[in-house]
Amino acid sequence: MSDAESPGNPTLTPDAQTDDFEAVEVFPDSTDMDLRPGADNCYKCTACDVSCPVAEVDDEFPGPKFQGPEQWRLKRKEDEAVDDSIMSCSNCMRCDDACPSGVPLSQMHNTARGEYVDEQMDKLSREYIRNRILANYGTLAQLGSMFPRLANAVMGNSVVQRINEKVLGITAERDFPEFATQTFREWWNERGGPQVRSDEKRVAYFHGCYSNYNTPEVGKAMVRVFESFGYEVVVPKQRCSGTPMFANGMLDDAKRAAGINVDNFAGLIPEGYDIIASCTSCSMSLRQEYPELFDIDGIEDLSAHTYEALEYLRIHEDLEGAVREASVDDQAFAYHAPCHGRNQGLDRQAVELFRQLDGVEVEDVGDSCSGISGTYGWKEEKYDKSMQIGADMFDHMEHAQGSVGMTECPTCSMQMEHGTGYDIKHPLQLLEEALV
Amino acid sequence: MAITDDVLVIGGGIAACTAALSAAETGARVRLLAHKKSTLRQASGLVDVLGYAGGDGPLSDPYAGLDALPEGHPYHVVGEDGVRAGLRIFDEAVGDAYRGGHTDSNALVMTHGGAVKPTARYPASVAPGLASSSGDTLLVGFAGLTDFDAPVAADHLAAAGVPFSARGVTVEFPKRFRADAKVTRFAKALDRDEDVDGGTVRSVLADTVAEELDGESRVGFPAMLGDDHDEDVRAELSDRLGVPVFEVPTGPPSLLGLKLEDILFDALDEAGVRISAGNPAVDFEADTGRVETVVVDQKSRPTPYSADQVVLATGGLVGKGLDSDRESVTEPVFGCHVPHPEDRYDWSDPEAFGDHAFARFGVVPDDELRPTDEDGEPHFENLRAAGGVVGGADVAREKSASGVSLATGAVAGRLAGEEATR
Ligand SMILES: Cc1cc2nc3c(=O)[nH]c(=O)nc-3n(C[C@H](O)[C@H](O)[C@H](O)COP(=O)(O)OP(=O)(O)OC[C@H]3O[C@@H](n4cnc5c(N)ncnc54)[C@H](O)[C@@H]3O)c2cc1C
Ligand code: SF4
Ligand code: SF4
Repeated sequence: MSDAESPGNPTLTPDAQTDDFEAVEVFPDSTDMDLRPGADNCYKCTACDVSCPVAEVDDEFPGPKFQGPEQWRLKRKEDEAVDDSIMSCSNCMRCDDACPSGVPLSQMHNTARGEYVDEQMDKLSREYIRNRILANYGTLAQLGSMFPRLANAVMGNSVVQRINEKVLGITAERDFPEFATQTFREWWNERGGPQVRSDEKRVAYFHGCYSNYNTPEVGKAMVRVFESFGYEVVVPKQRCSGTPMFANGMLDDAKRAAGINVDNFAGLIPEGYDIIASCTSCSMSLRQEYPELFDIDGIEDLSAHTYEALEYLRIHEDLEGAVREASVDDQAFAYHAPCHGRNQGLDRQAVELFRQLDGVEVEDVGDSCSGISGTYGWKEEKYDKSMQIGADMFDHMEHAQGSVGMTECPTCSMQMEHGTGYDIKHPLQLLEEALV
Repeated sequence: MAITDDVLVIGGGIAACTAALSAAETGARVRLLAHKKSTLRQASGLVDVLGYAGGDGPLSDPYAGLDALPEGHPYHVVGEDGVRAGLRIFDEAVGDAYRGGHTDSNALVMTHGGAVKPTARYPASVAPGLASSSGDTLLVGFAGLTDFDAPVAADHLAAAGVPFSARGVTVEFPKRFRADAKVTRFAKALDRDEDVDGGTVRSVLADTVAEELDGESRVGFPAMLGDDHDEDVRAELSDRLGVPVFEVPTGPPSLLGLKLEDILFDALDEAGVRISAGNPAVDFEADTGRVETVVVDQKSRPTPYSADQVVLATGGLVGKGLDSDRESVTEPVFGCHVPHPEDRYDWSDPEAFGDHAFARFGVVPDDELRPTDEDGEPHFENLRAAGGVVGGADVAREKSASGVSLATGAVAGRLAGEEATR
């Protein structure tokens, strides 16, 4: 309908607005997934398609509206196989945020992808093996960090990189992230665990794979900042949050990891602990994807008690007041909000906060997607598209005043560094510098 | 400890942006709290103030129609000054990106169906194509983009009696995309001027259209001529064609709407307004007639935001500022009173374009734009409302949607800011 002519809602009849649509399962043959109804809510406004960064550069990709509600309808009518384009969705979840009608797009994508991988993908194919390796980065990193220097040398070797590309389909254009010589957990154990004890202020830290194996300085900053506010920090044993597994349709792997994480964290909640993540994809996973995709005892409770680190301090402490009193040496940052942070409503908090910090200039480099989306940009066949999506961000970073980048997401930070050569910091690191 | 500000504006559309900018002008510390992406990205990007009133129209002077509006219309609450204040804030926020601010008169803009509609502000890219200025017109559509049928639009324009000739052609876009490619894909290809057989997207497009050009003095395309580099795209096409090139506003998804959203959010940032987007306000706590905190559902967890003054700008039935089921219409965040006929068969007129009662549904404002209860008393002394959530206007028939949002946003925001900084 032509809205330039009539500025009204295409479905603007009173009863079109009711919420009591029929509850139907999206992909009925999957048994263990809690699927919300919602495809019927789609009124084809295509707001999701316009916000999809992949559809903007990938001529093969039909976009979120097709992947979600349309595919679901086909599926319900005649038991159609899942279209293989589902594997090109990067799981950035921007479509979720765009839909004015509450259609659970990313949940549909995750579910369809899981079904596609389970039932239609050849388990001996190069793509499957490559995706499985990428999805299980934590396992790879665990091996690597046993011999960090050796692993760094091997992974940084251009011959190895070319073999990775040829044999596995992992792009040779990117440098593997370096493994830290001491992991976060090694540091944590060495310092003897918590330095602050409290009965009232307690948090359990979900560090995820990356700040454990690659950037322990982020984890250390988290601990020091929270301890400076008087929090008792504990660091339960944990597995990957599942983010890369969802994106690759490895739902069994994800479920196994989720089971362990729920076991190890949910039990702390009655003792007064909230769960804090420093990576926005980890907090997204625990908060949204876990309860959407899995039915595990305690998973809702875990979801309801999980926070991103800055978010938590903003709600529970006078963080802004503390920052306003502090100052640091002059520095300027080009800040990029990760898609998964955006989806939790956290996209502005770092800029808002650090604008109050004496000595700091911080500029938001716009709302485009960085293009890497976790494992997407590591795939040889997606590399170019990933860089095309990222082009806007690189451009804005180069025009920003700062020449240090800032973001909460480890893979966005890889992409920012790869595209501009800038050093990238996590907001917690600046907070540590200001407050500790 | 709640996140605390002077003024909290709930909503993310044009009304909320205007209210936040207006409140910020008073020196108050303002936060915009928006749920989903605003409906601006579906809207045409045009800003209508008043096109039809009291059976009259299209109006060339929107202010002349104010008196003819029915009692209880939000324009009567804010007055002509309020309308002007809204437009001033808009004009300052958008700068060169929009036209129409030089005059009080409405312009007649071509729509993608080939109708003309009276509007007060329009994107700069639309300006060369006004139906109210003359110049024989060639409209160009693309084979893959079914949203805009150029020959049909041109016929409609001619039938509407415009004082110039209009002709439409459909051409192949220089680059072939999948059948259901998104407008963003077309826009990106033009932005990046991607390579194609025989040159680049822009140059080949210009060559194709040049062959069709038969003495027309302007060429219109559906609004997809670039995104980040739209000015370059238009300039290059005009240059190569030797005549002005313009965009015709299209239906959702709308790049013009998306761009307006970006511009308004940049203006908020510039004005120091803080923005929390992505989560809905779902509840509140009140004390002795004042809203103390607004509770936001951050992914199923309640998070408190507190403020001295609150502006409700959550939109109408489209923006989800009003909720309706079979029995009633409600305002879901604060439970404000929304009058409506008992019997739902009285909600709408049997005629599709008739005078539907539901079109005027909304909260009932007092003279300070505070929503009132059944007895006409304000629900809360520090809660005001703006935009589509306010009842009394039939914005679709009047062609007044954005104008009502601008005017009520400007006034509610100013009053809230003044109260908070007093
Ligand atoms: C398809 C379409 C075409 C249009 N065309 C035109 C046109 O040609 N000319 C014209 O002048 N106007 C047009 N409009 C109208 C215009 O864009 C505005 O929608 C209208 O002015 C109302 O604005 P608003 O800000 O009050 O509400 P909306 O634009 O509806 O915005 C409401 C906002 O509030 C948010 N929200 C809702 N509930 C909550 C909550 N609980 N917590 C937090 N946030 C919440 C929503 O996410 C949304 O961002 C069109 C609108 C649509 C949808
Ligand atoms: S999750 Fe991202 S890539 Fe996938 S369909 Fe949605 S917007 Fe596109
Ligand atoms: S944004 Fe939501 S309602 Fe619109 S087309 Fe996409 S799924 Fe459907």
